[in-house]
Amino acid sequence: MQEEGFEPNIVGLLCHWCTYTAADLAGTTRTQYPTNIRPIQTMCSGMVDSVYVLWALLGGADGVMIGACHPADCHYVSGNYKCRRRTAILKSILNTLGLEDDRVWLCWISAAEGKLFANTVAKFTEAIRKQGPNPIKKYWSA
Amino acid sequence: MLKRIGVFICHCGLNIAGTVDVKRVVETIKDYPGVVHAESYIYMCSDPGQDLVRRAIREKGLDGVVMANCSPSMHEKTFRNVVAKEGLNPYFCEVANIREHCSWPHEHEKELATKKALLIIETTIEKLKRNMELTPMVVPLHKRALVIGGGIAGMQAALDIASAGYEVIIVEKLPTIGGHAIQLAGTFPTLNRVPCLMAPRMAEIASHPKIKLYTCAEVEDISGYVGNFAVKIKTKPSYINEERCNNCELCLGECPVTLPAEFDRGLSQRKAIYLTPREAIPQKLLIDPGSCLHFNGNECHACEEICPTKAIDFLQQETIAEEVVGAIVVATGYEIWDKMNVPEYASDPDVIDGLQFERILSPSGPTGGEIRRPSDGKVPKEVVFISCVGSRDPEHGFTYCSRVCCMYIAKQAVLYSRTVPEGQAYVFYMDIRSDSKGYEEFVKRAVEEERVLYLRGRVSKVFRDGDKIKVWGSDTLSGKSIEIAADLVILATAMTPSEGAKELARKLNVTVDALGFLTEAHPKLRPVETLTTGIYLAGTAQWPRDIPDTISSSSGAASKVISLFSRKELLHEPTVAWPDEEVCSGCGICASICAYHAIEIDPKRRVARVNEAVCEGCGACIAACPSGAMRQKNWTAMQFFEMLDVATGAYV
Repeated sequence: MQEEGFEPNIVGLLCHWCTYTAADLAGTTRTQYPTNIRPIQTMCSGMVDSVYVLWALLGGADGVMIGACHPADCHYVSGNYKCRRRTAILKSILNTLGLEDDRVWLCWISAAEGKLFANTVAKFTEAIRKQGPNPIKKYWSA
Repeated sequence: MLKRIGVFICHCGLNIAGTVDVKRVVETIKDYPGVVHAESYIYMCSDPGQDLVRRAIREKGLDGVVMANCSPSMHEKTFRNVVAKEGLNPYFCEVANIREHCSWPHEHEKELATKKALLIIETTIEKLKRNMELTPMVVPLHKRALVIGGGIAGMQAALDIASAGYEVIIVEKLPTIGGHAIQLAGTFPTLNRVPCLMAPRMAEIASHPKIKLYTCAEVEDISGYVGNFAVKIKTKPSYINEERCNNCELCLGECPVTLPAEFDRGLSQRKAIYLTPREAIPQKLLIDPGSCLHFNGNECHACEEICPTKAIDFLQQETIAEEVVGAIVVATGYEIWDKMNVPEYASDPDVIDGLQFERILSPSGPTGGEIRRPSDGKVPKEVVFISCVGSRDPEHGFTYCSRVCCMYIAKQAVLYSRTVPEGQAYVFYMDIRSDSKGYEEFVKRAVEEERVLYLRGRVSKVFRDGDKIKVWGSDTLSGKSIEIAADLVILATAMTPSEGAKELARKLNVTVDALGFLTEAHPKLRPVETLTTGIYLAGTAQWPRDIPDTISSSSGAASKVISLFSRKELLHEPTVAWPDEEVCSGCGICASICAYHAIEIDPKRRVARVNEAVCEGCGACIAACPSGAMRQKNWTAMQFFEMLDVATGAYV
């Protein structure tokens, strides 16, 4: 359901130690990517409460990207594993609620992977562009 | 909640202003709820820029400041210090990253970038509004250092730190310090003999009153944080009672097991009970339980029976020592890639690696300094060096240049040519990398004065042909194919991180790159620090290096430790977790999830208690708390909700 002129709104919850810094690196190397992502810094992906993701989706975000350290590389030992579990559980609930689970991406992007960050944002934006707006918005006009 | 916020937008020359319409940002953000002042300036980090912020705080009575400029990793500290000078709590300053996260990656989207910059500033304002006033905590600082690895890097770091007056503990995996350096025959470009370099320093370490040495030891476990690391060190037993042993060496003759000696890289033999090599410090007799018959199901007591002083003790156990240190230097060094990984090279005893040839060239080596090949002890008349074996070869997983091989090949070829005047050395190379002081001149001398023949090209095939090893290759400069009937082939194999470095990195909570080398905090600006405060890197654990570069990086790491220890006290980031005791039910989920064991449940009051000095502020417990009782200072759920409300809005 591609809508005319639809530009996805993507919220990025980015771990300070990896993906946030990767985004810094993408900037420093002038790697261009879509403006659709709205970056919010977190100290760790393990800090990302599932409620935040729900809050973003209920608030109308078309996609939520959680940027985390690669497995075994978490600055805080195991926050990324905790996030991985939480995200898996959250996703199993999202579909039941009519919020599509593929609107939440958990991405491993290390501080050295500026290019991967840019590519991931581009890919995610394109995927959501194809998927169309967050279904929650239907309620708003009703 | 902060109500009088000032927003300062930096042009960063044209870095921001060239893409983001800063004037429009100022005009729009001025009217944002809670904002009482907004202005822009060409360089906010400059002195006049900082003055502008200070003046606005004074004149407009600001209670909080949002700096919209580069990444917080660049100038968050700078601006927090600026607001502190005007009496504001430093945590009432937040940075909106509109350069790295906006103007730079959206250079061609001026309109959208302006809108995005506004949104980034607005989310930052929302976070700032609910920030608390915080003061960094003071934590104890133990002024003792742990150096992991007793090679040339660890030795340098230890000596530097100890000579500044602080205690140092060295943990070395092998029976001796000195690392690979004591295996070398000489150094480039001066051709110094290595014992002249190493022996005095090793002796200094052994006798230094501030240095405590653990050999045959490994770091078993590590916990804590900068200033307060608790380390468990496991020492393997030698099975020798050192007080009784009188070094008569009778046992060496009795031991029925012989195996290739590691120190000579298999070019000589040792017994299962053996003495550390002559170069070693400490000099030590030990039993290798891996090969000793007694430990492998046999009733052998040969050494025990011959020993006149009853010094053999098969019942010795490994010991665990506990130490508390304030800083750690990781100097775990390198290995070289095993030629066994290349089937073509694997089986021939006269195809050897660079370190093996160092042993052959060494006066104290298995051939007593005479150059003889391993298979039949003949003096090799035609010697071929092959560079970049593994290195610069993505096919074998090593994309990088090992940095030392070009120079050690030149050194070995020169040493060979001088020892065997009638012999000829050939070097197959891709490029000659000789990029340090006196290196280029040394290679030139090898070619022009020492008769070493350099051939630019790769080797296509190496195979045994009777007494000789045939080396086929090409010389891309003359365009000819080359065939050499060699007596000895030396491979400059890739330098790789030492075994176990990855596992150690995990214990230390520092990162390794895809190749297994330890990662520095910043490749340009913080080359000897890791992202874990208080842990520093030295030498080739980080990247292939030659001796002078290793010494520089080790002294760099040592100076970081010394500057840390020169402080009176340590400050700890105060953005830690705290439980709302009214809400907390004492379920203990937070305590079980905490990676730092910073939380315990008060047994009487049944509520969570956070040890603030140990809490790293990762927020895992906040997300895990089922009742919302656990909060994190300046990263509260409310702050996230407010930020998300802004972020989910459309660009306007």
